[in-house]
Amino acid sequence: MAEHADRTPQVPELAPRVRLLFLGDSAITLELPEENAERVLGLAAALDREIAAGAFPGARETVPAIRSVTLHFDPLVADPDSWLKTLEDIAAEAPTARPEPREWVLPVCFDADFAPDLAEIAAKPADFIDALTASAVTVKMLGFLPGFAYMGDVPDLCRAPRRKTPRSAVPAGSVAVAGPMCAAYPWTSPGGWNLVGRTPVKLFDPTNPDRPALLAPGDVVRWKAVSRAEFERS
Amino acid sequence: MIVIDPGMAVAVQDAGRFGLRRFGVPLAGALDPILLACANALLGNSSEAAGLELLVSGPTLAADQGSVAIALAGDVTVQRIAADGTTTSVKPWTAIVLASGEQLKIGPPRRGIAYLAVSGGIQSAPMLGSRSTYRRAGLGGFLEKGGNLPCSAPGALHQGKEWRWEDGPIRVLPGPQDDHFPAESLEALEGAQFTIGPASDRMGLRLSGPVLAHNVKGAEIPTDGVVPGVIQVPGDGQPIILLADGQTTGGYAKIATVISADLPRLGHLRPGDQVRFQRVTRTEARQALKERQTSFDRWCANLSGAAGEIDQEALYRANLISGAISGQDE
Repeated sequence: MAEHADRTPQVPELAPRVRLLFLGDSAITLELPEENAERVLGLAAALDREIAAGAFPGARETVPAIRSVTLHFDPLVADPDSWLKTLEDIAAEAPTARPEPREWVLPVCFDADFAPDLAEIAAKPADFIDALTASAVTVKMLGFLPGFAYMGDVPDLCRAPRRKTPRSAVPAGSVAVAGPMCAAYPWTSPGGWNLVGRTPVKLFDPTNPDRPALLAPGDVVRWKAVSRAEFERS
Repeated sequence: MIVIDPGMAVAVQDAGRFGLRRFGVPLAGALDPILLACANALLGNSSEAAGLELLVSGPTLAADQGSVAIALAGDVTVQRIAADGTTTSVKPWTAIVLASGEQLKIGPPRRGIAYLAVSGGIQSAPMLGSRSTYRRAGLGGFLEKGGNLPCSAPGALHQGKEWRWEDGPIRVLPGPQDDHFPAESLEALEGAQFTIGPASDRMGLRLSGPVLAHNVKGAEIPTDGVVPGVIQVPGDGQPIILLADGQTTGGYAKIATVISADLPRLGHLRPGDQVRFQRVTRTEARQALKERQTSFDRWCANLSGAAGEIDQEALYRANLISGAISGQDE
């Protein structure tokens, strides 16, 4: 903000105000003024450290999302009003975290029966497939279903609005796009995203309690087109 | 115990699966953890011990390897079938001992939901730290014909009063996105009656009622954290309340959130039921939760020995002896 260089801003430039939003009586969402993956992860990590250090008795867990972190707590134990100053202080420090990005190449089969929406959203499906597989997407957050990763941004050519009427059962493994995001459904579930392919990769492993989800925020994913035969071998 | 008939929508549930919401894993757990805690208390189990949640039609179970104690909480009809086929009815709110070979045939809850607790709690293998069933991802315990529900030998046997939730409006705290709604929508949420829609399940309740319009900020937000009890309002203005199996994050504006004290009451609502909401303050929410805890503690303190049985301890020992093998290894 060069034009205001002669003034001292009231709020430091690096720490625009974080809003603290009560989510009922069992959680507080700390919302950043804008989407910023490094700040979301930094804030979640800072809160996790404070929880581990005992600063928030009754705190249960943090959930990083697109531009916010939700701090869940046990309402019978916690006294969240006594945390507000500390939470504001942590937010004002604007911690950032840039996890060592892991890179994944995930196979996806674009056969027509796996991609019922591809012809509708792409004038030329081959161009859509080329654009999607030529780009890399970043995991922004996990939510919705166990192991469901919101990834973005997909190239403009691959964007499409959510379906007006969600499907009642999207098959497990379906690769889908909605707006600037793509995702793979780890489980058969209702869903409103556009189905463009299917991956054989297991995205959630309940036998691994430390890391049940394959993907984590910050991970970089590249989609690799595979044949039906390769899909079935995987 | 062995499963003779799995019933419909019967699931093993405990206090839920905490700590994994960042991986998208819902809490699951009992829709009414207080009622499950009541069933557990009748057997001297911890409040969090796993039991069976009974929604539609109950299962038929049999004590197959020694005696086992059971207790029911809720409004449900149950029959006990002796080895010789003699049938007697079993009342909820009183713990009983099933001898080896006896069956328990559980009918549908007359209203809301009900819970069955077993001695020692159901000791199915925990998955990701909980025995709670989350069907979509294959987590937790499923009832299958011929399957086993591992439990312990009988311990304490108590009788309690019926636990009844108060009627009256469901209390809510506004937000976190009440700023996406004009004052009229907040007033409609509080003033109007809503009906539970048919597409309601353990994930959430779909309500129909007056349209809760959004202001210029609209229905969609950057996806953020949610809790069971949160009231999301999609573009059509018809609210959805998330329950125990609800997703961990959501992209719709949330007009209000049901207070923790009233959350278990939502689990009893059935399609066609009517519901009203009342705004409260955070202080009132905290007070309501404390009062609920006090009521539960008082309920537990008033438990008595099971009715009609003169020497409970003697009966219990007799059962153990006649059973020969404890249910521990079922």
